[in-house]
Amino acid sequence: MSNRSNKLFEPALVQTALKESFIKLNPKTMMRNPVMFTVEIGTAVMLYVTVYSFTHAGQGSFAYNCWIFAILLLTLLFANFAEAIAEARGKAQADSLRKTREDTPANVVLEDGSIVTRSSNQLLKGDVFICETGDTIPTDGEIIEGLATIDESAITGESAPVIREAGGDKSSVTGGTKVLSDRIKVVVTTQPGESFLDKMIALVEGAARQKTPNEIALTILLASFTLVFIIVCVTLKPFADYANTPITIAALISLFVCLIPTTIGGLLSAIGIAGMDRALRANVITKSGKAVETAGDIDVLLLDKTGTITIGNRKATRFYPAEGVSEDELVKACVLASLADETPEGKSIIELAQQGNTRISSTAPDGSEFIKFTAETRASGINTPDGKRIRKGAFDAIRNLTINAGNQFDTAIEDRVKAISSNGGTPLVVSQNEKVIGVIELQDIIKPGIAERFERLRKMGIKTVMVTGDNPLTAKFIADKAGVDDFIAEARPEDKMKYIKHEQAAGKLVAMMGDGTNDAPALAQADVGVAMNSGTQAAKEAGNMVDLDNDPTKLIEIVEIGKQLLITRGTLTTFSIANDVAKYFAIVPALFIASIPALQSINIMHLHSPESAILSAVIFNAIIIPMLIPLALKGVEYKPIGASALLRRNLLIYGIGGVIAPFIGIKLIDLLIAYFI
Amino acid sequence: MNPELSGILVSFAITLLIGIPLGKYLAKMFAGEKVWTDFMKPIENGIYKLSGISPNQPMDWKQFLKAMMVINSLWLVYGFFVLMYQDKLPLNPDGNPGMTPDLAFNTIISFVANCNLQHYSGETGATYLIQHFIFMFLQFTSAATGIACAVAVFKALRDKTTADVGNFWVYFVKSITRLLLPLSVVVALILTFNGTPASYAGKDKFISLQGDTVNVSRGPAAQFIAIKHLGTNGGGWFGANSAHPLENPNYVTNITEVVAQMIVPMAMILAFGYFIRRKKLGWVIFGVMAVGMFMLMIPTISSELGGNPAIAKMGVSQATGAMEGKEVRIGPMATAYWSTLTTIVSTGSVNGMHDSTMPLTGLWQLLGMMINSFFGGCGVGILNYLIYLIIAVFISGLMVGRTPEFMGHKVEAREVKIAALITLLSPFLILAGTAISSYVFNNYGSANWAVKPSSWLNNPGYHGFSEMLYENTSANANNGSGFEGLGDNNIFWNVITGLEILIGRFLPIIGPVAIAGLLAKKKFVPESAGTLKIDTVTFGIMTFAVIMVLNALSYFPALALGPIAEYFSMLK
Repeated sequence: MSNRSNKLFEPALVQTALKESFIKLNPKTMMRNPVMFTVEIGTAVMLYVTVYSFTHAGQGSFAYNCWIFAILLLTLLFANFAEAIAEARGKAQADSLRKTREDTPANVVLEDGSIVTRSSNQLLKGDVFICETGDTIPTDGEIIEGLATIDESAITGESAPVIREAGGDKSSVTGGTKVLSDRIKVVVTTQPGESFLDKMIALVEGAARQKTPNEIALTILLASFTLVFIIVCVTLKPFADYANTPITIAALISLFVCLIPTTIGGLLSAIGIAGMDRALRANVITKSGKAVETAGDIDVLLLDKTGTITIGNRKATRFYPAEGVSEDELVKACVLASLADETPEGKSIIELAQQGNTRISSTAPDGSEFIKFTAETRASGINTPDGKRIRKGAFDAIRNLTINAGNQFDTAIEDRVKAISSNGGTPLVVSQNEKVIGVIELQDIIKPGIAERFERLRKMGIKTVMVTGDNPLTAKFIADKAGVDDFIAEARPEDKMKYIKHEQAAGKLVAMMGDGTNDAPALAQADVGVAMNSGTQAAKEAGNMVDLDNDPTKLIEIVEIGKQLLITRGTLTTFSIANDVAKYFAIVPALFIASIPALQSINIMHLHSPESAILSAVIFNAIIIPMLIPLALKGVEYKPIGASALLRRNLLIYGIGGVIAPFIGIKLIDLLIAYFI
Repeated sequence: MNPELSGILVSFAITLLIGIPLGKYLAKMFAGEKVWTDFMKPIENGIYKLSGISPNQPMDWKQFLKAMMVINSLWLVYGFFVLMYQDKLPLNPDGNPGMTPDLAFNTIISFVANCNLQHYSGETGATYLIQHFIFMFLQFTSAATGIACAVAVFKALRDKTTADVGNFWVYFVKSITRLLLPLSVVVALILTFNGTPASYAGKDKFISLQGDTVNVSRGPAAQFIAIKHLGTNGGGWFGANSAHPLENPNYVTNITEVVAQMIVPMAMILAFGYFIRRKKLGWVIFGVMAVGMFMLMIPTISSELGGNPAIAKMGVSQATGAMEGKEVRIGPMATAYWSTLTTIVSTGSVNGMHDSTMPLTGLWQLLGMMINSFFGGCGVGILNYLIYLIIAVFISGLMVGRTPEFMGHKVEAREVKIAALITLLSPFLILAGTAISSYVFNNYGSANWAVKPSSWLNNPGYHGFSEMLYENTSANANNGSGFEGLGDNNIFWNVITGLEILIGRFLPIIGPVAIAGLLAKKKFVPESAGTLKIDTVTFGIMTFAVIMVLNALSYFPALALGPIAEYFSMLK
């Protein structure tokens, strides 16, 4: 993203958020959050008490009530601000993506073939437009004709242009990207306002945001804690009457607001929004908040070998002629068979041949017939006019070919194939007129640093599975070298599906990444399906996230974002509840000290006076919310050190820390207040 | 070594020696494996045949709970009427009168619910027929009900995915025939040989040295006292409970009774681990509970041995500790030991007066009942613990970045909702009950009840508050012990505690069974390296923290106004 901002509090966003914090005081909005809603009720009661105490005695001084009311209001505003700033950041992020595609003129092709120019936001689903060199693509769509190089840097930040063409798996174009060369005809795939980005923006904004199941469960738990404290505070009144201790309403409400989990209650929605926002910052568009959360639970990760584990594509590294065939003869046949082969492997064969001394003709004899690779034959090649039928392909495909023709299959070739495979290479067997003439060795290059990333995943408890079209031997070699846990060799799209279903039947959650139309069913079946933005529309519809960078290793980041989301919720809940211990020690003695002097013994913080004790507790309770906003937005760091160790760590920091911090905080605030009173 | 200390160490050692193997036996027996008590099978089959039960019929959690509720309601209704008209029924040699409706209401609920909060006195308030065929019968069935429900949870959590939690009638019958009945016979024999009466004869009479005629109540008490402890019921045959010399004649019976009330709760925890084939989990839970027990027990013993500071101020030496309300033949340490155990395991029998214990001892007794799951009652202890466990699992699951899982099943909104409701229930019943009591005491002191609210409390001030708090806590926890000193046989206390007992008993049984039933129906998720293991010390500490924090937060203000205020005022 071009204007990615890492600052937490941009002045412009803060301004919007401040305004929003007041608008969000509307009880209808507050009701979505039961914890803060009860604070709002308490604040309203305090307002009444403050006005009452202006004219009547018995409920404490007017100034003191004013202070309490102001601090409670501040608590509400802080909580609203947390949510508002998270929303503003998410929106700003999405807006900067959206800005790229505003009001671009589009050349729309009408049914009669004529072309008219329309604004991009008038494009409807199904419209067809044309883009030529230099044009900005007006909206998301799929190429139906032509091929073009496209600069996607506006979206991905990657400056190298990419090729998009009709048919195949790289047919999608994104609004806001620029055509660098050639001409394409594109059909619009989304209605205006319904693109993934639009959906994501709606998710970040309040209206369409639905609570995730986990968030609902936590809200229930927090609501029940709130209810417990309602009971505690309401029953305290008759208890105090028994003990002949009058308690002011201000003190009761202060106790209540301090006890209920306002810290997590105030930050809960901000944490959820920030999770989606972090995904967006990683250039991933999520279609629901649930998907991010599910990502944290993933047990199995399906990764394509090419591009994820290995760099780009395999390269031909060596020719092995069969017995009785000269190397020159083999190389020439290979080159002929690869001339029409546009795959990187095919091109690398020609490159390798050109490095050798043999003079290579770069054109096929006239009248040659090229045989394209198909999934059934798993071989490609050429039929030349002089009657040569050259094929290159997978070992078993070529073997079947020769045996079916009644020819012997050389065992030496078989050994060679095995030797290449077990060395991590991919053997490509070459035959001429159904007789094997040799083997080409293709080699993979494993991405640097990938093994460490898999190690990290393993520590998280995630099983990595490599999906490859290679034969099992090659697959195993690369799998071992890269450190993945399992692999699917000679994979067809339905194999992925089968694997996913098998793992899911055992109760596992599976994530995968895909781009092709034939990946779509598997993407839909997987619990987290990440479609590449360059992929087909079908793939993007099927998955629940879209990766704008087309980066296959992105899944690892997504998993961490999901885990961070849950951890942040868990640790702040713990912190919030642990805080109550200190607040009790501040407020309970303050409530009763006048009539039960003996209770001075539990005023272990030696707070200045009952009033200052209560004020300090509510002030601490209020300011802890903005202090924790950065943590809520950035998320608590995830460390793959094993679940028990992580629990110990977080329990120590947020549990024990949560008990100690308010003792210090409240004491400090009390010292400050005592200075003024 | 100090003989008092060795007395309680021996008690504890015997408890472990019996409790541990008993746990293994219970796991095997309820799982239907071969055990030595299989000779009871013909009797059980006879019972099934007679009652038209098909023992092999599977039940889902709803059917299971329905069976449990139906049979308990039946006892509740007919018992109510029998109590009211006991004077017209046989086996009443002492001519005791029938109960008032409110007392009958409270008493029958109390026995059906395994609480045994007694607002009557055994000597004058109940006939032998009632004591034997209503109370003692219910002491067996209420304990068996708790155990049966716990076993349903065991089964649900053991099987990976199942709708079947087992047959209520089978667990129920086996709990009696293979656990409670045989052990009761042994305990009753020990008590009888040590002097506890076991005959149906009416009051005995003797003329004291002063020349007064003294009537001594007796009756078939030994049998009753055996199951009163084994089933963590706690209702005494006599009003003074196990402080009465005929209920608890000597140190041997004292050890027998204190051991008897601990072995089943302890065994059930270990049985859980063995039954679900996670032995380690059983021991971790056992460890958490044992730590909790010692945490309450050690300060209790020390505050009782320390004596009363108010008496010390007068310059009176208290070499033997605080002796008010203690039996000389038992001593303060064994009484402190007993008082901790009886409050944590929901027995509620006493061998000394809790009202007379030191303020801090009262605090630990109250806390033991509020937590109610450091071993806890027969079967229900582990059920209560399960609720804390679910909350701990949920929060710590989040803290490690994974949707919380418990025993291979995802914990979601529905389970959390039930657990949250049950967590909420105890503070609600205890605090609301105490608030209403305080309110009535403050504002309606002269209400025309059997005991006027203004004369409810034996002690004014903080201690009086503790008396009311204790009564409500004991009712909610189904403990049944009393702080006494409270005039509790009147319509107010009978009704309010009756309702507390009823709700405080059945909802915390229904909740965990429902959670286990719901979890068991879900898809089983195998453990991975990212799963939080719950059979570790770390998770044990987490659960312990959840228990302590939840209870401290719920009850701190109430405890501050009762025992804590009393303690600090006493020091001044």
